[in-house]
Amino acid sequence: MSSVAASPPVGVSRSKRSRRPSTATVYRWELRKLVSQKRTYLGLALVIILPIFFVVFQNVHQRHDRGADNIFAAQITQSGLATPVLMLLFLSVFMLPLAAVLVAGDIVAAEDGNGTLKTILTRSVDRGRVFAAKALAAVTYAAIAVFLSAAVATVAGVASWGFQSVRTFSGTVVSAPEALLLVFASNAIYLIPLLTVAAIGLLLSTATRNSAAAVVGTIGLVILLFIIAQIPGLEGIKPYLLTEQFENWHGLLRTPTDWAPIAHSAWVCALYGVPALFAAYLIFLRRDVAGG
Amino acid sequence: MSDGGSPPPVKARGLVKRYKEVLAVDHIDLNVRTGDVYGFLGPNGAGKTTTLRMALGLITPTEGTVELFGRNPMRQGARALEGVAGFVEAPRFYPYLTGRKNLELLAALDGDGASERIDEVLGVVELAPRAGHRVAGYSHGMRQRLGLASALLRRPRLLILDEPATGLDPAGMRDMRRLIRRLADDGITVLLSSHQLPEVQELCDRVAIVDSGRVVYEGALSDLRRQGGAGYRLRSTDDVRALELARLQTGIEHPLADGTGLGFQADEDAVAAFSLALGRAGIGILALTPELATLEDLFFRLTENGAGGSQPNGADAAQGVSDSDRLVATQ
Repeated sequence: MSSVAASPPVGVSRSKRSRRPSTATVYRWELRKLVSQKRTYLGLALVIILPIFFVVFQNVHQRHDRGADNIFAAQITQSGLATPVLMLLFLSVFMLPLAAVLVAGDIVAAEDGNGTLKTILTRSVDRGRVFAAKALAAVTYAAIAVFLSAAVATVAGVASWGFQSVRTFSGTVVSAPEALLLVFASNAIYLIPLLTVAAIGLLLSTATRNSAAAVVGTIGLVILLFIIAQIPGLEGIKPYLLTEQFENWHGLLRTPTDWAPIAHSAWVCALYGVPALFAAYLIFLRRDVAGG
Repeated sequence: MSDGGSPPPVKARGLVKRYKEVLAVDHIDLNVRTGDVYGFLGPNGAGKTTTLRMALGLITPTEGTVELFGRNPMRQGARALEGVAGFVEAPRFYPYLTGRKNLELLAALDGDGASERIDEVLGVVELAPRAGHRVAGYSHGMRQRLGLASALLRRPRLLILDEPATGLDPAGMRDMRRLIRRLADDGITVLLSSHQLPEVQELCDRVAIVDSGRVVYEGALSDLRRQGGAGYRLRSTDDVRALELARLQTGIEHPLADGTGLGFQADEDAVAAFSLALGRAGIGILALTPELATLEDLFFRLTENGAGGSQPNGADAAQGVSDSDRLVATQ
């Protein structure tokens, strides 16, 4: 800074009214931050590698599970479009929630831990917009994880076993294009409970200010709900457990489409997700930023 | 400098911050006027950073209010920070982004054409050659400079700096002082929290000294130094006899010879009478020079002389100040 005296003046005050950045601007930068961090790719790698591994394993072992309990497992080598459905079945329970919460649980807590929260909260953006941008970024990441996994599973499956028609849960055969549409619609429907998990991760991230606690806490909650679902005598509450909603998309793969589980999961997830998101928002607005 | 009727850059009234049993900030009043280079001093844990965080809206006061140019950051959020920039504690950035990308991000969050000033502010803090490197590889001093650059992006009217020279080498400290001076000359009001007392003495015209969460002095630095007791230094033709005479002379306090002359405290009338007495005694005056107390002397006197430095938080910081000091002059 030795040439300070020769530098142009930088402290001229503004006379015109300043324009404040929009939530979209903050959101774009949240995405750029995610793209720049190695840890972002950890969850994505997980949900990409598993379908590839599954397809390679099936090819190496030339398995034909025609007697399998699951109808999609039974036709795995008959149509490549059975692969994404089967992968959604497997990954929806744990891996996709884990991938979603790796970012949702980290997105506020990491900034708190690094001290960068104070850096961005002393600029011209209100806390509400920063929170909205972070929530949208977490949602975007979860959606990318789901659809990327589905796309990889579809490409790998079709490359191995062809673009053939498939039989749905109700035994009806649907054409390959319709099956492809149903695969991606199923993933879209699965986003309802997954984003609810992300909202809980966001709440824990905001409240605990600790990424590990938020991730472990959210996954711990998912596991706890799975355990509760297995306890005899608690069948009555089972339809209202968040983890039960992970199968909401099954209704799409029946003929005719069964919308009841989808509608049910929508309001059950809202019961979990909306209060979690609102609580996270309030905490973020009112919290003391004393770290860093 | 007067504010000419416009709201002052910083006005805090009765600021309190309590963390359970710990009273971090105890009814602090601050008055930073337009054009001030305002020093905010205090020992570690005195409540300086907590006060600055409240000023920037990062933490909520338990009691009291703080306004920046008449706007309350707790009520008006980011709108209250218009024209305000700075950092508390060490400036923090995204280590996985380059210095330039960090500034681009912050400029995007500032809007108002801040992104067009990135090259300019990088030049001012002399970080342009390293702007393309990731912040993870920056030294502490470079991060301090990037912190200042990020503050300047906002074209602030009020700059809040918390220990900006910490971690800088002597040349970096000198350059930081020059830059702050220049910014002040450009019309920016500066609120400077610092442990570098010579830096504050050189830069600041008004100061607040806090101890144990309370302001023990707020006002002009020159007033503080005057109130600290005027000291004088005498070199004479016979320092031994001059010392004997000083001890007998009314109004001459704490006379002390140290081999190179004589030091004492007195008011101007007493000094005049003493110089006449020296003449009458046939002692020649080689030099008689006033010596104002340094800020460092006063700081330690206020914060260690029982003024709260050894007392628990919340104790009356003023009560330990001796009668002769009488420096508790919060305005």
